Amino acid sequence: MDIVLEARGLTKRYGDFVAVDRLDLTIRRGEVFGLLGPNGAGKTTTILMLLGLTEPSAGSVQVLGLDPARRPLSVKARVGYLPDQVGFYDTLTARENLAYIARLNGFTRKEAGARIEAALARMGLGEVMDKAVGAFSRGMRQRLGLAEILMKHPELIIMDEPTLGLDPEAAREFLEIIRDLRSEGITIMLSSHLLHQVQAVCDRVGLFSKGKMVLEGPVEVLAREVLGGGYHITVEAEGDAGLEAALRQVEGVQRVQRAGPNRFVLEATGDLRPAVARAVVEAGGQLLALASEAPNLEEVYARYFQKEATHARAA
Amino acid sequence: MLAQRSAPAGGAAAATRREGSPWTGLWAVVSKEMADYLSSTRMLILELITVLTAAGTVFTATTQLRETVGQDRFLFLRLFTTSQEPLPAFVGFLVFLVPIIAIALAFDAVNGELNARTMSRLLAQPIYRDALLLGKFLASLFTLALVLTTIWLLIAGLGLLRLGVPPGGEETARLLWFLLLTIAYGGVWLALGMLASILFRQPATAAMAALATWLFFTVFWGIIAGILAQVLRPVRIGLPAELLAQAQLEQALSRLSPNVLYTEATIALLRPEVRSLGFVLPSQLQGALLGAPLPLSESIMLGWPHMVGLIAGTLLLFALGYVLFQRQEIRA
Repeated sequence: MDIVLEARGLTKRYGDFVAVDRLDLTIRRGEVFGLLGPNGAGKTTTILMLLGLTEPSAGSVQVLGLDPARRPLSVKARVGYLPDQVGFYDTLTARENLAYIARLNGFTRKEAGARIEAALARMGLGEVMDKAVGAFSRGMRQRLGLAEILMKHPELIIMDEPTLGLDPEAAREFLEIIRDLRSEGITIMLSSHLLHQVQAVCDRVGLFSKGKMVLEGPVEVLAREVLGGGYHITVEAEGDAGLEAALRQVEGVQRVQRAGPNRFVLEATGDLRPAVARAVVEAGGQLLALASEAPNLEEVYARYFQKEATHARAA
Repeated sequence: MLAQRSAPAGGAAAATRREGSPWTGLWAVVSKEMADYLSSTRMLILELITVLTAAGTVFTATTQLRETVGQDRFLFLRLFTTSQEPLPAFVGFLVFLVPIIAIALAFDAVNGELNARTMSRLLAQPIYRDALLLGKFLASLFTLALVLTTIWLLIAGLGLLRLGVPPGGEETARLLWFLLLTIAYGGVWLALGMLASILFRQPATAAMAALATWLFFTVFWGIIAGILAQVLRPVRIGLPAELLAQAQLEQALSRLSPNVLYTEATIALLRPEVRSLGFVLPSQLQGALLGAPLPLSESIMLGWPHMVGLIAGTLLLFALGYVLFQRQEIRA
């Protein structure tokens, strides 16, 4: 697969403060990559450097094979950027706002008109395209921002906290749109600290902490690394005292917790439902319910920073 | 200009040069910004103020001039320079109105985009910051030129109606130069307002800072120039040479103020009988025909350094703002 974005040793210093510290990052075509981390971890700074909007103190970036510091026009013509808390000219209409951006991109009037209408219609803003943006809700502005990006037919879209401040319904719709774009083959990079949303759309995530990328990979891989699996299996079964011991014996089960009179929660390295069911039956118990839950990014995150804090205390 | 910055040492020239023109998208910015200005409430207020002053001063001036129609070769120029208590002449109004209009147009040019969070979106488009800044400056300059030209035509029209005498060729030429001079004067204050909008994140702070500068030059700089001249070139025994040196230094210092430059150049252009803006010793006047008007080219020569000074000031302030804007972090 070809590489859309590559950063090597990317560093940004503000005086003594190191905002981004020797970041290495590779994003391949068609991927959805999630940049995670607490506020102030350096996510926005990283994005600005990737776009050439702020100069790196050290390191190199290649976006679509080009250096954004040397070929900014080509890069910016092919990359769409949705800043956090995107702003528009409130007195202008949605169409006028996009028309300005279209002119900056050098589209002809005719071409711009067609592109704008198509993009707005796709984002569900067709009916309000001649209304002033001042009256738009947060969700509508976010979709307008995305319409602006789609109008450019980008190869790579970079979004900074795209779902921040959206109500749950709007956020869900937005994630739906991201999935659609992914299926069209557009590469997407997004930053967020809302983990369950990232987990829902990202192929791969990078965990950011204090300017460093501390973990990187698909959610399941990270879960295995940090949690040693991360699957939660809930078992409801009637049986004697030997049942808990039997569950403990199942290979791959790391912990067994009693969650109620007949309820156990197992932490496991994978989806072990068949093995667990067998163990219950073999121990002479009666299986009432069995459910497995895939690893949760939130847990990975919490556990990672917990560990780090423990290490820091120990050191 | 300053298009290439912080190129890595030893890099080949081809590798350090940025691609494309720094002015890509310039006219898109200019037309958008001008459309914004022309449809804004701010503009309406400014137009109202200037039209009122124009009408007021012309009315009083024509009332006075009507009595002397036919005796004056440069009657039309008098429209702009005649004052009648309590109103000052129109040019007197312009000295302080133009800066206010200019500052009002420019004080939120850059910080406004940052506060509306549109800046990062704009700069993510395939344009350079150069185009954005120059586009904004040109748009405000064109807008200002439009306002001033409108007023200028309005006065000329009112003058025609009330005086019933058309302006002569030389008068028209002098008035055109005067219009250009006024736009150049506005350019200084536009550049200052824009600089303030880059320096200060809050538009209100930027406006206050620019207005404070204007107030400084309008009220205090004359006083300070006088004091400085007294300190640096004291009159010890009262020799004429000492007095002259002090007065010349005071004038040189006072000319650092754009207001003074504009006023002096206006005098040169609109009052053809003025032969010098500096000091003239009686010995230098020997053989001169006092009161005889200078030809247009001579009057322009008289005001030319002032006009160049105003343009230089504009460029200096703009360049400073340009450097600061190029280095500015765009994150909120």
